[in-house]
Amino acid sequence: MKALVAVKRVVDYNVKVRVKADKTGVELANVKMALNPFDEIAVEEAVRLKEKGVVSEIIVATVGPATAQEQLRTALALGADRAILVQTDEDAQPLAIAKILKGIVDAEKPELIILGKQAIDGDNNQTGQMLAALGGFAQGTFASVVKLEGGKAQVTREIDGGLQTVELNLPAVVTTDLRLNEPRYASLPNIMKAKKKPLDTKTPGDFGVSALTSVKTLKVEPPAERKAGIVVKTVEELVEKLKNEAKVI
Amino acid sequence: MSILVYAEHDNASIKGATLNTITAAKAIGGDIHVLVAGQGAQAAADAAAKIDGVSKVLLADNAAYGHQLAENVSALVAELGKGYSHILAPATTNGKNFLPRVAALLDVNQISEITKVVSPDTFERPIYAGNAIATVQSTDAIKVLTVRPTGFDAAAATGGSAAVEAVAVAKDAGTSKFVGEELAKSDRPELAGAKIVVSGGRGMGNGDNFKILYSLADKLGAAVGASRAAVDAGFVPNDMQVGQTGKVVAPQLYVAVGISGAIQHLAGMKDSKVIVAINKDAEAPIFSVADYGIVGDLFDIVPQLEKLV
Ligand SMILES: Cc1cc2nc3c(=O)[nH]c(=O)nc-3n(C[C@H](O)[C@H](O)[C@H](O)COP(=O)(O)OP(=O)(O)OC[C@H]3O[C@@H](n4cnc5c(N)ncnc54)[C@H](O)[C@@H]3O)c2cc1C
Ligand SMILES: Nc1ncnc2c1ncn2[C@@H]1O[C@H](COP(=O)(O)O)[C@@H](O)[C@H]1O
Repeated sequence: MKALVAVKRVVDYNVKVRVKADKTGVELANVKMALNPFDEIAVEEAVRLKEKGVVSEIIVATVGPATAQEQLRTALALGADRAILVQTDEDAQPLAIAKILKGIVDAEKPELIILGKQAIDGDNNQTGQMLAALGGFAQGTFASVVKLEGGKAQVTREIDGGLQTVELNLPAVVTTDLRLNEPRYASLPNIMKAKKKPLDTKTPGDFGVSALTSVKTLKVEPPAERKAGIVVKTVEELVEKLKNEAKVI
Repeated sequence: MSILVYAEHDNASIKGATLNTITAAKAIGGDIHVLVAGQGAQAAADAAAKIDGVSKVLLADNAAYGHQLAENVSALVAELGKGYSHILAPATTNGKNFLPRVAALLDVNQISEITKVVSPDTFERPIYAGNAIATVQSTDAIKVLTVRPTGFDAAAATGGSAAVEAVAVAKDAGTSKFVGEELAKSDRPELAGAKIVVSGGRGMGNGDNFKILYSLADKLGAAVGASRAAVDAGFVPNDMQVGQTGKVVAPQLYVAVGISGAIQHLAGMKDSKVIVAINKDAEAPIFSVADYGIVGDLFDIVPQLEKLV
């Protein structure tokens, strides 16, 4: 079966982002960009399923600027077979991204569609669920185990109280949680090979999607700063402060 | 304007996060209806009817909603939700699971994890692991929102007397099936609503050592949380993870033990009223957000602390 993996180019998770002085957004100039960590896990899961012989071909797709080719090449180096860049300089929102991905699903007919549970820039946690709704597909979100057998997917999900397992008809959408797997590093030969793998470029219009946003960002501000606290010397002092100063115990 | 609030419940009672979500609905303003979708959920619906500010409770009691399967619940909420100006659900794993489907079925975007209502179409929400707060305005006809419980006080659980109305909408997509679940059982308070949270990180060394945190927590009436590193190392189960991609908590007191304070962890706890950090590394970033820090070996400090509180 074919697998489709959706990935996003985001600010590297180690970067502490700063809000721009004019409050229009966060500073992105000269900031290290990377594959969204959850999407790296999504690619890794697809590659493992291919290594097991369950998946035959892995297509990786992104909606984003021309520079997002870097992240597609990273995914190809990790083991994806070919890539699709749906190019736009607009910051597309989850509904539009889901519609574009639905267009790719209609064209490619994958039986397994893997996304990250959330992109660590917007922290939306929506796109996979929206894609599933648009396609009428079953979904296994926040997955920590994915098994494919008997024409179904069994997904163990991380939920507030613990773990839940669901069985999904195919095609199904899976979104990854951190413990699903530990992604490999791309080897140098694979990075070289990835440069020759096919990468198609499309536009949102090719999928009939024109409106990319419906939510306007009016301003972006830094969060309220916490005042620097004090370092206490002894546990007695700590308890005294908690009782008499902070009054929380 | 009328607002539909999706209740988080266990069929017998309403979960605390629902009460915070109702406060967000009150801030938007308008008639507030609560939907209880479940199986054998009359008791939960009766409890919802007593919440202050609720004018009507809709009870969708059907086997299809028993395990909150997103495929079924989203179809129900999208159908009922058409007549409302706003649809709200708590930003629990359940709300995050089904509500984006509702938004897609209604052809609108969802606004995730709002922490403040500025006006009926404008909201604040954290982005980049809470390192920035965005004010966003929706032009969609129906506003679909998940509500971060720590951003809003809880509405009073009593004082209301809404009518409970049964809705006979059965939506079974038939595409997914519940297989089983493993739920953590604990007599300690739930992380989400606890007044005091004691969390352990990689510094705890192993799962067995968490015993000293459990015993401190029991003395304080606290919930116990963890960093991702502690969960990844298998010290404790995943439902204890606090952070950007785990649970967000804002207790009166948060005690971080053997946790370095990575931005992803801070995202889940830096709105706590008072933060205490216990760490042997005086340079650990956790000290930059702590009201009270103590530098030293947690295996000395935690037992002493337990004795003195
Ligand atoms: C996409 C993504 C999402 C993430 N989401 C989350 C999340 O939701 N929550 C989360 O927590 N992390 C998250 N992380 C991981 C995060 O980046 C850090 O790796 C993690 O928080 C570190 O956990 P820690 O502080 O327990 O471990 P470490 O960073 O290893 O810190 C251990 C600390 O313990 C101290 N210590 C050791 N021994 C002792 C002792 N005997 N006494 C006192 N102190 C001691 C050390 O000085 C050190 O500061 C995420 C990462 C990624 C990439
Ligand atoms: N621009 C994009 N292009 C392709 N996939 C995306 C894009 N944005 C988000 N995704 C996918 O959707 C997941 C969830 O993102 P979000 O809903 O934005 O939190 C990500 O982990 C990706 O797998």
